[in-house]
Amino acid sequence: MQFSTSETTVDPVALRSALLHDAAGAYASFEGWVRDHNEGKTVDALEYSAYKPLAEKEGARIVKEALKRFDIEAAACVHRVGPLKIGDIAVWVGVSSPHRGAAFDACRYIIDETKARVPIWKRENYRNGHSEWVNCHKVNAR
Amino acid sequence: MKIQLEYFALLKDQRGCSSETLETDAATPQQLYSELSERHSFTLGPESLKVAINEDFADWDAPLSEGDTLVFIPPVAGG
Repeated sequence: MQFSTSETTVDPVALRSALLHDAAGAYASFEGWVRDHNEGKTVDALEYSAYKPLAEKEGARIVKEALKRFDIEAAACVHRVGPLKIGDIAVWVGVSSPHRGAAFDACRYIIDETKARVPIWKRENYRNGHSEWVNCHKVNAR
Repeated sequence: MKIQLEYFALLKDQRGCSSETLETDAATPQQLYSELSERHSFTLGPESLKVAINEDFADWDAPLSEGDTLVFIPPVAGG
């Protein structure tokens, strides 16, 4: 599947192997990692929640758009759901293509569109004991 | 008519459940959100939400039909 949500650890080596192609001379990937701070607050852990059917549908649309828009061979994206800890891979994007430029561009396109459009939410648990759904308290925050 | 609702993120917390079946006269998601927002004191205004009907994005003024599954989508934060 070109876009999926996963309850278990993301394995970039296994995912990469699905993008191998004789016509591909380049491969670019992006990993989003769980970071220990956000907007000045110390983050201890977080969880992602997804509206799975629509997340996978919209994510697949994004990957299809990338395949159309850029000169690439294959692309995929996996987003974690559930509880994650600092350093875990939250999202992985991989693209293979004949030349490097399109691989970088498509990778960037897929992660940017995923962040903006796919119905997935992040709750951060802070060191101070509070927790918050990111983006849900400030309208138009980007 | 009966509408199936699913809640996520902040709306799930503020509603206190992840899904419910509702008997409503609301003709559109807009009308239904306005009712629910008042009933449950939702803090997110419709301008910061999107709507999905039966697992795809829909307009706020799309007509609701018996048995539809409706989701109000809070600002997303993947990645």
